[in-house]
Amino acid sequence: MPPIRPLHLAAEIGGPPRYDPGHYTALARLAERGALDFVTLGDSFARPGPDALAVLSRVAPATRRVGLVPTVTTTHTEPFHVSSAVATLDWVSRGRAGWQVDVSTTGAEARLFGRRPAAPAAELWREAGEVADAGARLWDSWEDDAEIRDTASGRFIDRDKLHHVDFEGATFSVRGPAIVPRPPQGRPVTVVDGTADPARETAARHADVVLVRATTPERTAGIRADVRRRAAAHGRDPDTLRVLAALTVDLGDAESAPEPGLESGPPLAAHGTYYRGGPVDLADLITQWHRAGAVDGFHLTPITPERDLERIVNGTVALLQHRSLFRTFHPGGTLREHLGLARPASRYAPGRVLQGERT
Amino acid sequence: MTTAPKQLHLAAHFPGVDNTTVWADPRSRSQIDFSSFEHLARTAERGLFDFFFLAEGLRLREHNGLIHDLDVAGCPEPLTVLAALAAVTDRLGLAATVNATFNEPYELARRLATLDHLSAGRAGWNVVTSSDAFTGENFRRGGCLNRAGLPQALGSARTEGNPLTRAAELVATARGLWDSWTPDGTPRRFAHRGEHFRVEGEFTVPRPPQGHPVVIQAGDSPEGREFAASAADIIFTRHGTLEAGRTFYADVKARLAKYGREPDELKIMPGVGFVLGDSDAEAQEKASEIRRQQISPQHAMLALEQVWGQDLSSYDPDGPLPESDPVPDAALVQGRVRTGDALAVAARWRALSREKGLSIRQTVIEATGRRSFIGSPRTVAAELAEYVAAEAADGFVLVPHLTPGGLDDFVDEVVPLLQERGVFRTAYTGSTLRSHLGLAEPVWKG
Ligand SMILES: Cc1cc2nc3c(=O)[nH]c(=O)nc-3n(C[C@H](O)[C@H](O)[C@H](O)COP(=O)(O)O)c2cc1C
Repeated sequence: MPPIRPLHLAAEIGGPPRYDPGHYTALARLAERGALDFVTLGDSFARPGPDALAVLSRVAPATRRVGLVPTVTTTHTEPFHVSSAVATLDWVSRGRAGWQVDVSTTGAEARLFGRRPAAPAAELWREAGEVADAGARLWDSWEDDAEIRDTASGRFIDRDKLHHVDFEGATFSVRGPAIVPRPPQGRPVTVVDGTADPARETAARHADVVLVRATTPERTAGIRADVRRRAAAHGRDPDTLRVLAALTVDLGDAESAPEPGLESGPPLAAHGTYYRGGPVDLADLITQWHRAGAVDGFHLTPITPERDLERIVNGTVALLQHRSLFRTFHPGGTLREHLGLARPASRYAPGRVLQGERT
Repeated sequence: MTTAPKQLHLAAHFPGVDNTTVWADPRSRSQIDFSSFEHLARTAERGLFDFFFLAEGLRLREHNGLIHDLDVAGCPEPLTVLAALAAVTDRLGLAATVNATFNEPYELARRLATLDHLSAGRAGWNVVTSSDAFTGENFRRGGCLNRAGLPQALGSARTEGNPLTRAAELVATARGLWDSWTPDGTPRRFAHRGEHFRVEGEFTVPRPPQGHPVVIQAGDSPEGREFAASAADIIFTRHGTLEAGRTFYADVKARLAKYGREPDELKIMPGVGFVLGDSDAEAQEKASEIRRQQISPQHAMLALEQVWGQDLSSYDPDGPLPESDPVPDAALVQGRVRTGDALAVAARWRALSREKGLSIRQTVIEATGRRSFIGSPRTVAAELAEYVAAEAADGFVLVPHLTPGGLDDFVDEVVPLLQERGVFRTAYTGSTLRSHLGLAEPVWKG
């Protein structure tokens, strides 16, 4: 049996569109009470719902520990704005920000902007990778100690610690430096769903957390190995990646006889993995997959957030904690700390350690 | 019949790191930590202010090809900060500066509508524009526009196309999107086809609680005034003196009628500083000291080089101004709105320096800086009320020079005096920014 790695848990808190912040705050607090690593909030320009990054920014002061990961799309938004907004979420949450990178492939979304026609997913994921790359460079463009407040010389910042990024991509360029000082985590956490092929390459190259939708522990482990291999090919240390299995969960029937776990359950829909049953069986499934070394953790999307997240936290998570598989509190303050990821040094800082770093 | 005195409106601006900030003061704290924003916003709400206002930066300024280490040294993205502040305030309006040149209407309308929902009707949008290719180097919009065969804006100077026409179309398109859901919450298809934008589809956010977030316009040019008269709820101005303020006020209010609007539908709010002391004399002394801190020798030399358009590092800030004339149209400073032509500014500065026998630094201290209200709390309250009574302003955007405690004294000492005079509210009467400003909700134009 492979050595057991720490288990990471995250949950999606989006459901049918809601516009009152109290709803989202209550869910994020619930996840926080379960010591989950982070919550995600899905987003797209094409379906009803508020801007996810703004919602999680609204949630930030009302929570203390849980990571906050909105979906931010890269196809129609300026890369400079993306990087500024995510860095600012990291500031207002005191180091708990991430972003889930996504692309907008449909003609309907393109027509909302009228700037460019819809493009194939592979092309858009390449661009998304460039946006992630440019964003990370902008986050690095202020060295950590750039603010000097030197009254003797009258300088607030040391301009030698600020850097143009001069990023040239296929569809955009950014000169830099960032307008937002380097965020508390150095770089907020980048999350990519790496299930489909065009996204997987971007995930392997740029993501800190990779989500994988697969129906068996074997398939998941296979994708995990593939992502790690590709990351290594890009010069990254694969151990700086966290691969989470993505499951949609429906715990609505918890009162009835528990359905068998996923493996013997109904085959899963094209959209990925769908678990229906009780919180205890879900805990068993998580335990099994994790013990098998298939994944570093799980990203759970409750079908009905109010109901299912409560059952996840009070049922599934409580049981995992009881089995000492999952922590009972957040030992650190930042999302990177929850995930066991180091705070990266700025690539522009002299003497930074190159090993395991993106270049 | 006695009429109630005209009520004034108050907003608080979070000072960035620039020549209005005294960051070297030992009481000065972080310019970026959320705690600083929280303190200032909570103080403004304690003072029953109409709104809290954040500026935006899209590129760090550069001087002589180097990143400027004294001016506008970093700031967070305003809409995201304000969404967080909505969690720690209940009534305070939350206004973000968001550029109308480097954003697209669909996305911007969505982010602003979201802020209005998240704050239960407290969002405001300060529409600014940019015409410089320097800022454009951080954005791809120009490239996209060129490919689509639409009018190009990136790289074009003020002469080629007015960024205000894009801004006006952007605001109109955003309003259309905000109106695209029926008041009973049904989304409807939206289509806009104009000179700058083609937007087609369904908006993802219901009509904002305020109908439309409050629209603010900053600027002074005739086109800016016209734009504000046609489309804005508030106009920011730099006209701080009583006379200039009255002239500006009369001009702008007179423009409203042709858009079928009443004078009350556009509030005029200059951005002003303030310095309080136990006595007027003490406040004056403090103000001089603050100006000395704001305009350090280094800052004075930078300001001089910005006007003269050349490297003047061999000059002594405590010595006389250069005899030579400025280099016209020099791009020594980038990322800053240039005001006035350099030759005229230099002539004015030289005259001032000769007349009063001032050094470079003293001249810069005298010639620059925004209007400040300086005096005891009683003096400042009286002057503010006088400006509003005399129709030089409808209210003020206060710019404290200290972060984050720079508003504390004003709220504790001046606000009660304004209330005593009957010119400022003693409690919030509504919950939305529009209600604080006495502005009606825009009629739904589905
Ligand atoms: C009170 C005030 C605040 C402003 N804030 C910003 C800002 O945050 N960001 C920005 O790019 N420009 C800002 N501006 C600049 C205006 O957008 C505009 O470019 C400038 O006022 C020049 O316009 P004008 O030629 O019509 O006077 C501000 C202007 C004023 C008066």
